[in-house]
Amino acid sequence: MGERVFELPEIGFSARLEAAMPRGVSALLWFLRKKPLGAAGALVIGGMLLMALAAGMVAPYDPLETDFGAMLGPPGRAHWLGTDAFGRDVLSRIMHGARTALLVGFASSFLGATLGALIGVASGYLGGRVDLYTQRGMDIVISFPIIVLALTVVAMLGSGTFNLILAITIPFIPRVSQVVRASALSIREMPYIEAARALGMGKARIILRHMFPNVMASYLVMLTAFLGQAILLEASLSFLGLGTAEPTPSWGLMLRGAAVEFAERAPWMAIFPGLTISAAVFAFNVLGDALRDILDPKLRMA
Amino acid sequence: MRRFILTRFLVMIPTLLGVALLVFLLLRVVPGDIVQLKYAGEGAFVPKETLDLERARLGLDKPLWRQFVDWMWGMVRFDFGLSMWTGRPIRTEIALRLQLSLQLAIMATVIASLLAIPLGTLAAVKQDTWVDHLVRIFSIAGLATPSFWLGILMILSLLILFGWIPPMTFTPVWVDPWANLSQLIWPALAVGYRYSAMATRMTRSAVLEVLREDYVRTARAKGLWEPLVIARHALRNALLPVTAVIGLEFAFLIGGLVVTEQVFNLNGIGMLFVEAISRRDYTMTQALVLLVGVTFIAVNFVLDLLYAILDPRVRHR
Repeated sequence: MGERVFELPEIGFSARLEAAMPRGVSALLWFLRKKPLGAAGALVIGGMLLMALAAGMVAPYDPLETDFGAMLGPPGRAHWLGTDAFGRDVLSRIMHGARTALLVGFASSFLGATLGALIGVASGYLGGRVDLYTQRGMDIVISFPIIVLALTVVAMLGSGTFNLILAITIPFIPRVSQVVRASALSIREMPYIEAARALGMGKARIILRHMFPNVMASYLVMLTAFLGQAILLEASLSFLGLGTAEPTPSWGLMLRGAAVEFAERAPWMAIFPGLTISAAVFAFNVLGDALRDILDPKLRMA
Repeated sequence: MRRFILTRFLVMIPTLLGVALLVFLLLRVVPGDIVQLKYAGEGAFVPKETLDLERARLGLDKPLWRQFVDWMWGMVRFDFGLSMWTGRPIRTEIALRLQLSLQLAIMATVIASLLAIPLGTLAAVKQDTWVDHLVRIFSIAGLATPSFWLGILMILSLLILFGWIPPMTFTPVWVDPWANLSQLIWPALAVGYRYSAMATRMTRSAVLEVLREDYVRTARAKGLWEPLVIARHALRNALLPVTAVIGLEFAFLIGGLVVTEQVFNLNGIGMLFVEAISRRDYTMTQALVLLVGVTFIAVNFVLDLLYAILDPRVRHR
């Protein structure tokens, strides 16, 4: 808690970042020493990204290839993590599943955080009646538990990756906008905003060019905080059969149906995809925590 | 104080109306309605007249605003109407499931608090030691583990270790407490662990904050036994924000256990919700969403009151 970062007054994001972090390679080492858990998380995420990108080359089997001679096979030399009820290779499916998980995770938390931040900044800057109505609207959306809202949207629109992303994005928007609005309110009173206004800049320009860059810290923190949640949501919805549709490999989908049915005979079907989900979400959470500690100590409890 | 309660109460009404309107429209703007879905299963060509007749029977031929007003008028009189799919009264269908969901939510909340408060306090007292780090890893792991996967693992290990799986049918507590507990304790543990994470963090930071207060220093200075300082002076003052987090989580637990119920084959509100929405059962989905919304908003209201009563500064904000 004694770091200098925490005592800095409310100034722009880039200035704070510069004050907080050394540059270049030393920055990396600094992060590693200061936040070992966060660095470990970053490492796991890097590995998963690689796995997702190179799945086509690295995966030992085609994730869709069925082999009825090797159904429910235990982990061994041919299939490192065993096979599922259709004889598909579990490891290859996990690798290809990383694509779905990361695509949905990144896309929906990026969209949710961006839209939420824009709404939050605009609402906080404009104030008055606009702010009041926007906040009431957000209150309404926030009274749905995340999973209930996501489920409703996906059930209405139908399954599929794009709809899944949309369904996960929507519940994130009001949650981000609340946090970002709070920082926007404090920035609004800053002299440089006053100066921009005095120069006769339009509202849109002030919001986009002067307010938005300065709530970057909360924006990034919320973005990483929701990444893990988005991956978990994708897995949950797919597990319910409402998310990613077979035969597309998805971690949640791998835990559905046969994995439960044959849990006693072939526990690897349930254990490995679940472990992968936990590892991914854990990594994103610790990285998010580390980022939050560095960028915005005030968001500690958000 | 009375004015504060009244205004806080009145603010709830537009929010609830908004929730109702949102779900009402969401269900109806998307192509493909319940009547089409109902007859889709029969495979054969269904004449348009039959569909229209069924729509009229369900009241779906009326203008939208009329349907909404009818629904709201029913709600005001606590008349939830009939399920569009099964034709049974929604109130009885929900009442059956609410027993299970409510009990599960209470048990999970109790487990979460029993984990979170001692662990969070411990982490705060031992700040930045390995104990603190361990608690942190334990609680982040809880957040990261899907509770449905934890559920699968639990059932699997029970099966392998004891050759026993939890009973699949729900028995109310007053009929057979043992059978009831042996079914619900597992999902409650899985969910309670997951939901303890947020509360643990909250407890830790609240206790940390309070430990810096003057009255804690005073208590220590007069030579009070350290555990008593923590329990009586620190924890009691730190508990308010923790209660808020736990209360909000409780509200979410009522309707938010969709996935866990699936794994443990529990016929609760979450399952009913998935069923209703996949059948486009408008009336049932609306009733359930409103139920969840009301619970959440009501818990929020109660928490606000609690804050106002315990902390007079809030009242004059």
